[in-house]
Amino acid sequence: MPHDGHDEDEGSTLSETVLRVKALESLLVEKNYVDPDTLDQLIDIYEHKVGPRNGARVVARAWCDDAFRQRLLEDATTCIKEFGFEGRQGEHMLVKENTDTIHNMVVCTLCSCYPWPVLGLPPVWYKAAPYRARAVAEPRAVLAEFGVTLDDDTEVRVWDSTAELRYLILPMRPKNTEHLSEQQLADLVTRDSMIGTGLALEATS
Amino acid sequence: MNQPDASIPENKIRFPGQPRDNDGPVFREPWEAQAFAMAVSLNTSGLFTWTQWTETIGALIAADERADTTGERYYEYWLSALEQLVAANTQISLDQLTTRKCAWDRAARATPHGEVIELGRDKM
Repeated sequence: MPHDGHDEDEGSTLSETVLRVKALESLLVEKNYVDPDTLDQLIDIYEHKVGPRNGARVVARAWCDDAFRQRLLEDATTCIKEFGFEGRQGEHMLVKENTDTIHNMVVCTLCSCYPWPVLGLPPVWYKAAPYRARAVAEPRAVLAEFGVTLDDDTEVRVWDSTAELRYLILPMRPKNTEHLSEQQLADLVTRDSMIGTGLALEATS
Repeated sequence: MNQPDASIPENKIRFPGQPRDNDGPVFREPWEAQAFAMAVSLNTSGLFTWTQWTETIGALIAADERADTTGERYYEYWLSALEQLVAANTQISLDQLTTRKCAWDRAARATPHGEVIELGRDKM
């Protein structure tokens, strides 16, 4: 534990925060509210198994298969479940498609609701006050800071996530990628492009 | 883009007021992972709904006058929300949590550095 240290008697000291977590965990385990093995499995899943590569596979499929793309836009929850990516909180998924005329981006102004099954846990900036406040108030300025500049006539739509509804952005397929496989296309899909604060990568020729 | 780029510092701040990061570690410290897993597990077992969770943590975030400009205090809110919902929905009270916290503190202080800290160590 990073907070372990020495005290004057050569004993160990734990931070206030670590002590609070240990108090919760030990009482919850003793009273059978949680199972330690389940906690370990959950940590392993979110540290190693769930991440933006899940969402990238969904996006690449939509780029390659127009019927899938249509279904994804109509019923994302079901389509994403077909990949085996399912929300633990029973939330619904909505996919918003970026086009030449509409750019969508996602925020959670309340806390940090985020589509865990397809993107893993949110990046630190997504949880920070500046992004939560500014994404709605001045989305173009925020996008510019992420290196995304849009045409003046492109409409920007900002979607506010909730406990029940999570958004995934379907970024525009980069130009000159007709020769790429679905797997190669997935490598062009960044996490930020699926939040709407970035674009998909250009293909390297 | 498959692997995090180690050459980019985590939580790199490229523009004033707008924190950014790479696809860095999910949890910065083990306690964050433990607090995360407890909340998800208790929600899955039905102790509270995810709507109750977001309302509780959202209220804590909104009430904090020191706005979290970096997102690095997120799991502190998470832990406080967890304590509140546990106290409200289980037989475990906030007093019990405090008593247990002090017991862990005494146990830690009685444990030589490097050894596993176990409750009651101070009474051995």
